[in-house]
Amino acid sequence: MSVLSFDFAPWRLSGTVLGVLLNHRPALAALGDAVHAAPYKAPPKAPVLYVKPRNTQVGAGARVAVPAGVPALEVGAALGLVIGRSACRVRAEEALSFVAGLVIVADLSVPHESFYRPSVRLKARDGFCPLGPRVWPLQAVPAPDALALRVTVDGRSVHESTTGERVRGAAQLLADVSAFMTLAPGDVLMTGVAAGAPHVEPGHTVGVSLEGLGTLSFDLVREELS
Amino acid sequence: MRSARVAYDGAIHDAVPHLDGLQLADGRVLAEDAVVWLPPLAQVGTVIALGLNYADHVQELSKELTRTNQDEPLVFLKTPGSLIGHRAHTRRPLDAGFMHYECELAVVIGRRARRVRAADALAHVQGYTVCNDYAIRDYLENWYRPNLRVKNRDGATVLGPWLVSADEVPDPQRLSLRTTVDGRLVQQGTTANMIHSVAALIEYLSDFMTLEPGDIILTGTPEGTVNCQAGEQVVCEIDGIGRLVNTLVADAPAAS
Repeated sequence: MSVLSFDFAPWRLSGTVLGVLLNHRPALAALGDAVHAAPYKAPPKAPVLYVKPRNTQVGAGARVAVPAGVPALEVGAALGLVIGRSACRVRAEEALSFVAGLVIVADLSVPHESFYRPSVRLKARDGFCPLGPRVWPLQAVPAPDALALRVTVDGRSVHESTTGERVRGAAQLLADVSAFMTLAPGDVLMTGVAAGAPHVEPGHTVGVSLEGLGTLSFDLVREELS
Repeated sequence: MRSARVAYDGAIHDAVPHLDGLQLADGRVLAEDAVVWLPPLAQVGTVIALGLNYADHVQELSKELTRTNQDEPLVFLKTPGSLIGHRAHTRRPLDAGFMHYECELAVVIGRRARRVRAADALAHVQGYTVCNDYAIRDYLENWYRPNLRVKNRDGATVLGPWLVSADEVPDPQRLSLRTTVDGRLVQQGTTANMIHSVAALIEYLSDFMTLEPGDIILTGTPEGTVNCQAGEQVVCEIDGIGRLVNTLVADAPAAS
């Protein structure tokens, strides 16, 4: 069932993968006064979460189908926190002790403008959440909020960012999410996507490299309608 | 057939209905209140929910809405951690001013569905159960609506008591549903008023996401959603499917 298993507890992913929108301060700032205008009317208060369901989850080397009529997909390169023990109402100071591992996540979307109520059709298509190539123990990196990230297309760099400049860093994010929903062992919580996420097209081989965690590669293909 | 999952005497059991309550797979007959009821399927996959899928509910909210019945289904996703079973307590946040039940027909997928046509869709259904998908309106924000804080709180998605196999439900669009709060009728409707039928939803969803056994579709709620208080008993009932009981309790302050 799970696309990834690994050699430390909790051994495999649960299938629950959560993303968080606009957790990159420059991405939120880029919206400017629009956050106060309709339809949003106010900047986000709680973390803006969404679910990448199990049909989206695929491993490294996957061939991801770009739907007919869609020229390109957006690649949201993200760090995923792999939960190690049940996290309910945890404090930020202790939050990272609930994280067992780290994984690279490529959060794919059909590009869209509105954050109000975008159709799940744009984010929850089969194959739209490659993860991997492996889950590393948390100790593999010095600090999860200061890692260099790079997206490549056919080996050429198209986007560089970091896991920093977050509205909520990893620990605060986990604390605020666990305030109302318990995260279970093997759940993955992404810490957000940087502004200016690149677009990729059918035929491209995409690489997402995260400092200390290697590179997650996958191929985009044009969807075949059977 | 009807099946439930219950905890009893240190283990989790499959159970079936019995005149005196329920019967475990090992033959023991127990009263309904002698067991802890769990959501009626062991392996829950993706939890898919519908907003505004009843024509009457859309009418009820029409002043604040910008959508019409012809639009694409309004789908959002939840996580299995929000689920609890029949007769359990749901904690009402201390700061909530408006928390309401939503009585919904829950569809459980039994066979993989990918690009299925509506005419063939019901063959992919394992069965049906009742859901009370609570919403805490105080937490509504206009970013990726409805946000998870409104719709995905621990223990605020009640499911059960029975999983009723699809062969016992010849037409899922001819079911009456109602909610009572402390015995007072507050919500009443029929699945005939769904904007997108169960079959149409499976066709729509399976066009872009493969549905797998254990995935659940919560098909939306009719009009009549009112605020509920701690201490009140909320009963969601669908004729031929089941009677799902839940009691709201005041949440405890966060542990220090």
